[in-house]
Amino acid sequence: MGRVSQIQVAGFCYPPVPLMAPAQSVVVKGLSKVYQVHERGAGLTASLRSLFHRRYRAVQAVQDLSFSIAPGERVGFLGPNGAGKTTTLKVLSGLLHPTEGEVLVSGFVPQRRQVEFLKQITLVMGQKQQLLWDLPPVETFALNRAIYDIEERTFKQTLDELTTLLDIGTIAQKPTRQLSLGERMKCELAAALLHRPQVLFLDEPTIGLDVSMQLTVREFIHSYNERHGATVILTSHYMDDVAALCPRVIVIDHGRLRYDGSLPDLVRSVNPHKQIALRTSAPLDRAALERVGAVVALDAARAVLQVPRAALHEAVAHLLGRPEVTDLTVEDPPLEEVMRAFFARPTAEQEAAP
Amino acid sequence: MNLRSLRRATRVLRAYPTLLRVGFAGVMAYRAEMLVWMLTTTMPLVSLALWTAVSSRAPVGKFGPADFTAYFLAILIVRQLTSSWLVWELNAEIKSGALSQRLLKPMHPLFLFSADNLAAIPIRSLLCLPLALVLLFATGDRIPRDPTTLALVAVALLGAWLLNFLVSALIGALAFVMESSTAIFEVYLAAFSIFAGYLVPIELFPPTLRAVSEALPFRYTLALPAELLTGLLDPARALPQLAVQWAYVLGALVATTLAWRAGIRRFAAFGG
Repeated sequence: MGRVSQIQVAGFCYPPVPLMAPAQSVVVKGLSKVYQVHERGAGLTASLRSLFHRRYRAVQAVQDLSFSIAPGERVGFLGPNGAGKTTTLKVLSGLLHPTEGEVLVSGFVPQRRQVEFLKQITLVMGQKQQLLWDLPPVETFALNRAIYDIEERTFKQTLDELTTLLDIGTIAQKPTRQLSLGERMKCELAAALLHRPQVLFLDEPTIGLDVSMQLTVREFIHSYNERHGATVILTSHYMDDVAALCPRVIVIDHGRLRYDGSLPDLVRSVNPHKQIALRTSAPLDRAALERVGAVVALDAARAVLQVPRAALHEAVAHLLGRPEVTDLTVEDPPLEEVMRAFFARPTAEQEAAP
Repeated sequence: MNLRSLRRATRVLRAYPTLLRVGFAGVMAYRAEMLVWMLTTTMPLVSLALWTAVSSRAPVGKFGPADFTAYFLAILIVRQLTSSWLVWELNAEIKSGALSQRLLKPMHPLFLFSADNLAAIPIRSLLCLPLALVLLFATGDRIPRDPTTLALVAVALLGAWLLNFLVSALIGALAFVMESSTAIFEVYLAAFSIFAGYLVPIELFPPTLRAVSEALPFRYTLALPAELLTGLLDPARALPQLAVQWAYVLGALVATTLAWRAGIRRFAAFGG
């Protein structure tokens, strides 16, 4: 019941771990989550009215979501604020009960919150910490060792590894409240990974961090994934995080699945063009350029063209043959713009509606 | 008890010393706040001053000034050792969503909260020590010395601590379903100050009110150990009362477990 391959005998659950490593790390079938939200207007009258008559509104946070993720995959959840990304992560980690649908993580039903399940996962929330505020992070580490029942030798080994990778040797000894946001996030990650979870849910792990710290966190997550073969599911507002870490993205919008596949494919489908930026020694002729592609910008020393991907080769060869061109770079349009364009598109459902 | 709960129990026992140690480190970090928090529990001293003044001319019932002093000092000591502030903590953590982090751990949050509470007992005892000395030397020879009575005091104290903690957890868990559970706790505290013997010794109640207070749970969270400690309650009469106390503990345990199970289902993990 709790697990796919589990024998239930008179209240015993045996074996404590699934018989075989499940073929899928995460399986979600037709997941829906509806919140009941208490509604109340502003002002005294509204307050009094709500005392006697409460109005509730059902908010559909996630609707008929289905996907599966193989062990060791790195997947990014993309979507605007309120799209249902965090709700999905909370259902996957067992914090929320789904309203409808089936969810399996590492072969367990998350909302049953079995000990063996909780030992296999971790949820890092960039905006919510687990470190004890007035004590050094090492105390949180010790607490987690006890709670997760980690053997002393394994604990030391893991802590050494995390301390080296994250470079937190000295900062873990200082009270948490004296640490910078970046230092705190590194210690949060260490605290969250001491029990060597096989599935990592990361909700905005780089929020508020500067660029170099973002890079550190990103590289660390990547190396943890490679060393331990752990599945990583990540939400982030920083598209660079997702682009650098996740070969696969799942796009959720208004609680529905909009896209599931590779990021480059998504970019291609939204924007089938590439940008060619040129530096020139003499101004180029606009009419000549327009025969190659759409001119985005043109001045005395610079030109930017948009070219269909299919025509890229030919265009580059042609442009490089021009003596005025001193430098040429081919780039994708910024991801943020691609996503904005994507979310501005009507969904299939909206298109079908009359 | 099946194998799984046995495994769980040994896991909790193995972890508990560390939980207590880290909890104690936390208490030391918050020691100033802790002290102020403890000083808010001075109501028994007010009662003490009032009642010793009233009884200075003629005793009230069988209580003279020394009896009142002994009783309210014992009440203060028991309150310091057994009270719980879990309602406020839970209320805040449920509303802010901070409880999420605890729910992700492979151990029931109440074990973690209980260790935090117990870890504060050394520093609370420190404040009780001078009170206990006064109780011992200034109010006549009334503290029981025989090991049986002392053992009964210990059992009554443990029962009182558990009952307070579980009731706190139960009322705190109401925050899963309502906007704030602290208002309910205020109502509980109002009944507590009367029926637990917090303001007036239950000995002085008229018989009907006394019977009522013996049927309600409040007295078993406070007056029972205090009366045993000051020799007001005969150890032989204490046994059936201890049985009632532990029955309440068991009832509270079942109710709290069920309320948590239902509450967690509804927990919306607010706040991002």
